[in-house]
Amino acid sequence: MSETMTIIFAISVMLAAVGGAAVLTWFERRLLGIWQDRYGPNRLGPGGILQVVADMLKLLTKHDWVPPFADRWVFIFAPTAIVVAMLLGFAVVPFGPGLHIIDVNIGLLFFIGMTSLAVYSVLLGGLASNNKYALLGGLRSAAQMVSYEVFMGLSLMGVVMLSGSFSMQDIVESQRDGWYCVSQSLGLFVFTIAAIAESHRLPFDLPEAEHELTAGFHTEYSGMKFAMFMLGEYLGLILISCMITTLFFGGWLAPFGATWLPPIVWFSLKTFIIICFFVLLRAAIPRPRYDQLMSLGWKVMLPLTLVNLVVTGAVALWMQGA
Amino acid sequence: MNIFSALASQFRTMWRILLHTFTRAETVQYPEQKPYLAPRYRGRIVLTLDPDGDERCVACNLCAAACPPDCIALQQGTREDGRWYPEFFRINFSRCIMCGLCEEACPTNAIQLIPDFEMCEYDRSSMVYEKEHLMIDGPGKYHDYNFYRVAGMEIEGKAKGEAQNEAPPIDVRSLLP
Repeated sequence: MSETMTIIFAISVMLAAVGGAAVLTWFERRLLGIWQDRYGPNRLGPGGILQVVADMLKLLTKHDWVPPFADRWVFIFAPTAIVVAMLLGFAVVPFGPGLHIIDVNIGLLFFIGMTSLAVYSVLLGGLASNNKYALLGGLRSAAQMVSYEVFMGLSLMGVVMLSGSFSMQDIVESQRDGWYCVSQSLGLFVFTIAAIAESHRLPFDLPEAEHELTAGFHTEYSGMKFAMFMLGEYLGLILISCMITTLFFGGWLAPFGATWLPPIVWFSLKTFIIICFFVLLRAAIPRPRYDQLMSLGWKVMLPLTLVNLVVTGAVALWMQGA
Repeated sequence: MNIFSALASQFRTMWRILLHTFTRAETVQYPEQKPYLAPRYRGRIVLTLDPDGDERCVACNLCAAACPPDCIALQQGTREDGRWYPEFFRINFSRCIMCGLCEEACPTNAIQLIPDFEMCEYDRSSMVYEKEHLMIDGPGKYHDYNFYRVAGMEIEGKAKGEAQNEAPPIDVRSLLP
């Protein structure tokens, strides 16, 4: 792609991601409604889709307030950081053959780095609010994300070993003879859990935990800044789903040789199903206690990842020798 | 082993929730779809008339005494024919909790709660109902009950001893057997 085309594509990806995140707020509530035997927002427009517009209008017209006791500049910076980091993460997502903003040879590392940067947003937001609940939320998020970060990266090393590359397009291409969700099922399992914790969505939304911490790190946020946090969270959900699709479900490759749909449609379909799966998790599973989350991370998930790493390495070596 | 059973439980939960895709929503879409209200539902309060078309309320104040949020106010008066009646009867529905204790306390079945709860007002003072707003043109839930026909109180057209199942009055000052 030429430079102008790349810029146009980058802008359209950004718009699609932000728009998708906005629609997702409505879609998630409707889907939760279906699974909890109720309707969800269904009043405004066809099926309630205009609820998105109503919510946006409300958030945009609210008083953009910074509490006098807060650390002003950090307070304003925090919600921006998560959106920027998550949007940057979309740069390496391969939407189709040759359809990507940039295909760097460390694409996977770039993605992991960007999601790690999002931790700062939650952390700084909690710290700058100068509020006990927010501080507790920030504290939890720091511990949770640092510990889940460890095996989130490690769980992907199996994929890297099998494909022999950090580049997203290469990883997708190497799945032509079998998706990694089969050979790396353990890695998929661990990565999914780590990804939920990383994007702090239910059931691992302990930094937020509206039942115990009112709203955790964004207790003091309202209006547009609150909307930015929410946007970042939903962008994170989409990004994580895109990544799971790319790394474990063959990206834009068509399943069963069904190439009558264009690759980008297959990619979107797979991502959509994974987003639905995340919503199902939210509908079904209650939030664990904080210490349970920690012990699950260090005592179960990390050993599992290491076992996966060693076995995958051994098999890869054996295959090379054979 | 513990971990595996815990994991299985999570997956089972997810499957059970997924099956709810095919169940119907329990929601009643209220303004378009009215919920069923039983005849005994406790909603708006009314004052009823006896079968002869006269006021049932004798202004005994028991409802006001029973009312937990103190939303009933009334003043007792006596008509020329001897019947007691409330000179005014005022219920502040912005305070009323629809508990029905006034209905239980009422000795004459005058005050009754009916299955209607749609009393939205833009002006708070419109929630204060006076006697003419509360009064309905019928006996409500009790079609045949008439307090003055069963009670011993003397009113015009019914002397003492003429009520149902009432013996003629005894002259307690007389010593005759």
